[in-house]
Amino acid sequence: MERHITAPFDKEQVKELHAGDYVYITGTIYTARDAAHKRMYEALLKGEEIPISLDGNTIYYLGPTPAKEGKVIGSAGPTTSSRMDKYTPLLLSKGLNGMIGKGKRSREVIESMTENKAVYFAAVGGAGALLSKCIKEAEVVAYEDLGTEAIRKLRVEDFPVIVVIDSDGNNLYETATAEYLEKNKE
Amino acid sequence: MRVIQKDSITAAVREMCIQANLCLSPDMEARIRNAEKSEKGTLGKKILEQLVQNMDIAKEEQIPICQDTGMAVFFVKVGQDLHVEGNLTEAIQEGVRQGYRDGFLRKSVVSDPILRQNTGDNTPAIIHYDIVPGDKLELLIAPKGFGSENMSRIFMLKPADGVEGIKASVLQAVRDAGPNACPPLVVGVGIGGDFELSAILAKKALTRNLESPSPLPHIRKLEEELLSEINALGIGPGGLGGSTTALAVNIETYATHIAGMPLAVNMCCHVNRHVSVIL
Repeated sequence: MERHITAPFDKEQVKELHAGDYVYITGTIYTARDAAHKRMYEALLKGEEIPISLDGNTIYYLGPTPAKEGKVIGSAGPTTSSRMDKYTPLLLSKGLNGMIGKGKRSREVIESMTENKAVYFAAVGGAGALLSKCIKEAEVVAYEDLGTEAIRKLRVEDFPVIVVIDSDGNNLYETATAEYLEKNKE
Repeated sequence: MRVIQKDSITAAVREMCIQANLCLSPDMEARIRNAEKSEKGTLGKKILEQLVQNMDIAKEEQIPICQDTGMAVFFVKVGQDLHVEGNLTEAIQEGVRQGYRDGFLRKSVVSDPILRQNTGDNTPAIIHYDIVPGDKLELLIAPKGFGSENMSRIFMLKPADGVEGIKASVLQAVRDAGPNACPPLVVGVGIGGDFELSAILAKKALTRNLESPSPLPHIRKLEEELLSEINALGIGPGGLGGSTTALAVNIETYATHIAGMPLAVNMCCHVNRHVSVIL
């Protein structure tokens, strides 16, 4: 099913998204990948403030190429999500509603998603030039010293993603291949 | 003896870094375009459509095809009758520095695997040298993204494992990689040599033109069979189901020990980049 949603979105909207939905996101999302996750995680464990509010927000696992003059951002496709798995349950417990990346998630992440009602989207890996066209504004808002790994606030328009794991734990990676093989049996 | 100046090497490397990250080679591009036409999965087809659009946008607007512009890996053939005026390795590193800076490419290298401080200029590159007859310098760059690199494997197979063992291991590596390595993949396979040579062969296999299968008949057959068995897995583009899990399987081999059959599988996503020049 094709849907258009506005970010940030609330838990009720999360529950309406189902594995396999093709979704276009418009609104505000944040980028963070390995190094920024590690910092946020360690700060939260120490009981310190982190530089962005997770509540109701969506994190895009992205480290873009530098923007050329006059451009908003460079190439901007997703990185592999599993490297963030260690840090994710804690972020979900602090109110994170959505994640955009690519690839499998751990059992712990999926359990935490169903418990906290969050959604995991995949963007097309390796389509960084195409996806950059949907990013209308980008601003480094924290951890600037991390370069490409800094946290950026993005304004996106019709950013194309697919719901891979929904808030009930349905996992498209587990069902899509089996469904394809069933449909295309000789 | 022929002499080559270090600055001309740096200039060539700078250009190669930029070119490799903006345009795929014609053989790679053709495979992706053909896959988009033949893909049987619904979501798989949609993803391949995006990948075709992505290649076109990258070329027209000079945006890197993928944001992971990789660690710069080089295969360098140095003619033994060539004299390089200056430090060859530093000339290559300087070319990487300039190319990644001037091409607005991502700096993805940390100086220490544990301390993890970004070097800020994407150096050092990884350079494999071969000494060859002649007086030419052949440079091949293959910027390698790590989404797929992380899903690569080495299997120290035994002679008794045979071709069946090789196939089972490669298929297992592809299954384990699943959506993480950004399928459709190019699968580079190195068989033989020893522990480290098998891995280098696997990486080298990724740089071979996809329309030039192995000249060895039994290896060519293995490449064809593996490609069809991988595509029967149904993993598909993006891991979301489909007939195109791999675009190609390239295998390189070397002599090995009577007791062993090392097998390395170097995964590469559909952004399999490589550019070469002869100076």
